[in-house]
Amino acid sequence: MAKAKDALLDPLFNNNPIALQILGICSALAVTNKLSTALTMGIAVTLVTGFSSGAISAIRKHIPTSIRIIVQMTIIATLVIIIDQMLKAYAYEMSKALSVYVGLIITNCIVMGRAEAYAMKNPVGLSFLDGIGNGLGYMLVLLLVGLVRELFGSGKVFGFTVLNPVNDGGWYVTNGLMLLAPSAFFLIGFIIWGLRTWKPELQE
Amino acid sequence: MSHYFTLFFDSVFIDNIALTFFLGMCTFIAVSKKVKTAMMLGIAVTAVSFITVPVNNLLYIFLLRKGALAWAGYPNLDLSFLGLICYIAVIAAIVQILEMALDKYLPALYNALGIFLPLITVNCAILGGSLFMVERDYNFMESTVYGIGVGVGFAVAISLLAGIREKLLYSDVPKGLRGVGVTFLIVGLVAMSFKAFSGLQF
Repeated sequence: MAKAKDALLDPLFNNNPIALQILGICSALAVTNKLSTALTMGIAVTLVTGFSSGAISAIRKHIPTSIRIIVQMTIIATLVIIIDQMLKAYAYEMSKALSVYVGLIITNCIVMGRAEAYAMKNPVGLSFLDGIGNGLGYMLVLLLVGLVRELFGSGKVFGFTVLNPVNDGGWYVTNGLMLLAPSAFFLIGFIIWGLRTWKPELQE
Repeated sequence: MSHYFTLFFDSVFIDNIALTFFLGMCTFIAVSKKVKTAMMLGIAVTAVSFITVPVNNLLYIFLLRKGALAWAGYPNLDLSFLGLICYIAVIAAIVQILEMALDKYLPALYNALGIFLPLITVNCAILGGSLFMVERDYNFMESTVYGIGVGVGFAVAISLLAGIREKLLYSDVPKGLRGVGVTFLIVGLVAMSFKAFSGLQF
């Protein structure tokens, strides 16, 4: 039981995929100017990582080592296609907003990294939990960055106005930089700084 | 001609794949400690994207998009949902072939590139290039130019960052910020300076 708990909860803080393993940053930066896109992306990655880790772990004893990357890639790509088609069918606006970044989950290093580092060595249940845990750790950082960017960039949270912006006759002067690419780098940098000051054993 | 020049300039500076679209970030951060290795990686990425983007473009035009299979007697077949898996397979295969070819004919370059070549398969800048090519509906010529542009843009960005990080060794960074943290802040600043290109037009 303790092992299962570790597999699920460790990636949230102690071994966060974005802040510590520095995996899967590309999409973390690109989809976070709104909370809704960040949340969708987080859920998509969590599902893909969980199920791909589970599936790869289930056949880990039958995969020849020399072609394992291709096998893993095929499983991951299949799952991503399913998610992509689901989004196109049921949330078309969202799939347009995420544009190519859904497809790029295939090359998201978190998915590959967990498959290679954990799922190839551990049983199905644990691998599934580890995948879900890493997905959640990813989602946590995404939501944090998304919250700051949307709140200060356009004065909204999940599309609801919190700080009334000047353009609509309110008082809040929106910070346009927050909606641009560089702010995401700064925010992740600060998150890493904060996390490493809180847990000094993680410092380089 | 000027159309292709604009496209190239756009993809290198204004729409820089690393600094504007955040693609290839994992390698971008991990392999930017030395200028020399960073440039090597840049060259490898350019070579791979120069080949894969046009090849995926042909694949899309003649096999996958709606109506593309009309020559085989299936005018209504739309296989574009198979895109993702095809593009990544093409990329993996081309990287593998390139690796074997370099090993045989240019062993010096092969040894210099070392581990980077296989890693490029999972570099999102490459897959991203192909996906943007599909989304923006480029034709064959345009996608060739775009493929080179993506690679050169990545090479420029990663060499710049490596240059800064080499100098950074001599500075006194706060403990919690050392290593990755401060790199992120620098990338942010570099990305901001690249924003200055966005007003340029030809």
